[in-house]
Amino acid sequence: MVEKYKPQYGSGLDAQSYLGQNYFTVDRSLIPDILRLLRDEEQFDYCVDLTAAHYPKREKQFDVVWILYSFARNERVRVKTQIADGESLPTSVPIWPTANWLEREVYDMFGIQFTGHPDLKRILLPDGWKGFPLRKDYGILQQDKEWVQINLGIESGQ
Amino acid sequence: MNDLKDKALPNLVQNLATSNLDLDAPDKPYLDSNELIINMGPQHPATHGVLRVILKLDGEKVLGTECVIGYLHRGVEKIAENRTYTMFNPYVDRMDYVAAVSNGLGYCQAVEKLLNVEAPPRANYIRVILTELNRIASHQLWLGTHALDIGAMTPLFYTFRDREEILKIFEKYCGARLTTHAFRIGGCQYETYAGFEKDVKNFLAFFPPKIDEYETLLTSNRIWLERTKNVGVISAKDAIALGVTGPVLRASGVKWDIRKALPYANYADFDFEIPVGENGDTYDRYLVRMIEMRQSLRIIEQAVNGIPEGPIMAKVPKVIKPAPGEIYHSIEAPKGELGYFIVSDGSTQPYRLRVRPPSFVNLQALDIMVRGMLVADVVAVIGTLDIVLGEVDR
Repeated sequence: MVEKYKPQYGSGLDAQSYLGQNYFTVDRSLIPDILRLLRDEEQFDYCVDLTAAHYPKREKQFDVVWILYSFARNERVRVKTQIADGESLPTSVPIWPTANWLEREVYDMFGIQFTGHPDLKRILLPDGWKGFPLRKDYGILQQDKEWVQINLGIESGQ
Repeated sequence: MNDLKDKALPNLVQNLATSNLDLDAPDKPYLDSNELIINMGPQHPATHGVLRVILKLDGEKVLGTECVIGYLHRGVEKIAENRTYTMFNPYVDRMDYVAAVSNGLGYCQAVEKLLNVEAPPRANYIRVILTELNRIASHQLWLGTHALDIGAMTPLFYTFRDREEILKIFEKYCGARLTTHAFRIGGCQYETYAGFEKDVKNFLAFFPPKIDEYETLLTSNRIWLERTKNVGVISAKDAIALGVTGPVLRASGVKWDIRKALPYANYADFDFEIPVGENGDTYDRYLVRMIEMRQSLRIIEQAVNGIPEGPIMAKVPKVIKPAPGEIYHSIEAPKGELGYFIVSDGSTQPYRLRVRPPSFVNLQALDIMVRGMLVADVVAVIGTLDIVLGEVDR
């Protein structure tokens, strides 16, 4: 599949495989195009999951991963891109509506912005919470003490 | 809390001030219909936990909904990054706590895939038997509570009575009834107890008449039909676009089950059917789950008769340190596709562990399923989605 599109996108697109599972590494600038292409041309009509991972030591700190599935091909593929802290990604809600809550969760946990998202706000944590818990620099015992004290009237959530 | 009160009050006052009650105008309805926003939950018996749904209503008609979730958020994914692979195993039971065995199977298989080991055949048979028993138990709990929400009280007592038999088998097998922690990375820790096969076979004989009993109560019950037919309809196209999986997707007519499409454990060895619905309404989802219980019995029957002798644990190092890399593995949990995406950096702890929860994604479909329906139908649709808030919030 990647052979077909390689001439068009050049070094921005690469395919790899680990333990029999295929994934694309895609440059950030190609993100909405490649995703739309996968849905329209390659029948990846089901967005299984959207998530991220934080690598604080890297220059581009975040890996954002889409897991896609095609009912017609019975095949799963992952699309991976790297972005720096503070960079945003275009939303994929127009491509797969299911990305709505998934993007909200990535924003909630990592603080990654998705431009064009219809309602990007926290989903699992309360609205006024400060900090993004799944970043590596957020300790496991860390919490927004101020929020807990004001809203729950207790000293600490621990 | 105080914030909410302050914000809500002026709006209410404003609404009262601007609503024009012009009783003399003949072409206007007697009272202007005003949009009303009400709050359902988080403490509400029909929300199956702590789910808050903000309903925008016109009279009894639902114009739109918004789900507020996260009340049960425990940060499972963060915990995983601070525990070893073995230590994290019991935590997954606490997500979908009515189908703990399925969660454990998905997690153990994901780590096995990362380690590139296979569980031995006997372990796979034990896993399949317990997982399918758990699917039945989960569907029983769904049926009882869903019927109770709609107003049929009897099924609840029947399903809980029969679910007990499954929980007894779990208890005898691993000592726990709900959060079982039944499997280990590489296989099963426990050999089957003496009489396990007999207990399972007894259940196989005991349960089919009970399903018939549930069906006599509901399948052609007029009240049940009125409350479920054409309620919460979702088309196959919408269901796929919204990432809905499990019985909800199948009731919309998509014949897709991970046990068949991408078989894991040894599901490829067994003969079973995937039930599909036609209309994608609450009644079809009910029928699909009823047939699934019967199909699970078929799988258990084949598994318990074909269970081979042999080891129950693969060769797995004492300290689990997978090579750096990422994998995604998913199984067909009772609620839909339950996936684990694990990133390993070569240490004893996952670098990143992401759970793809079926309940979370399915709940997103609530809004389009209840638009234009009545408030009472919202209760039916929440029930038919079969969500477990422990899994939605993680």
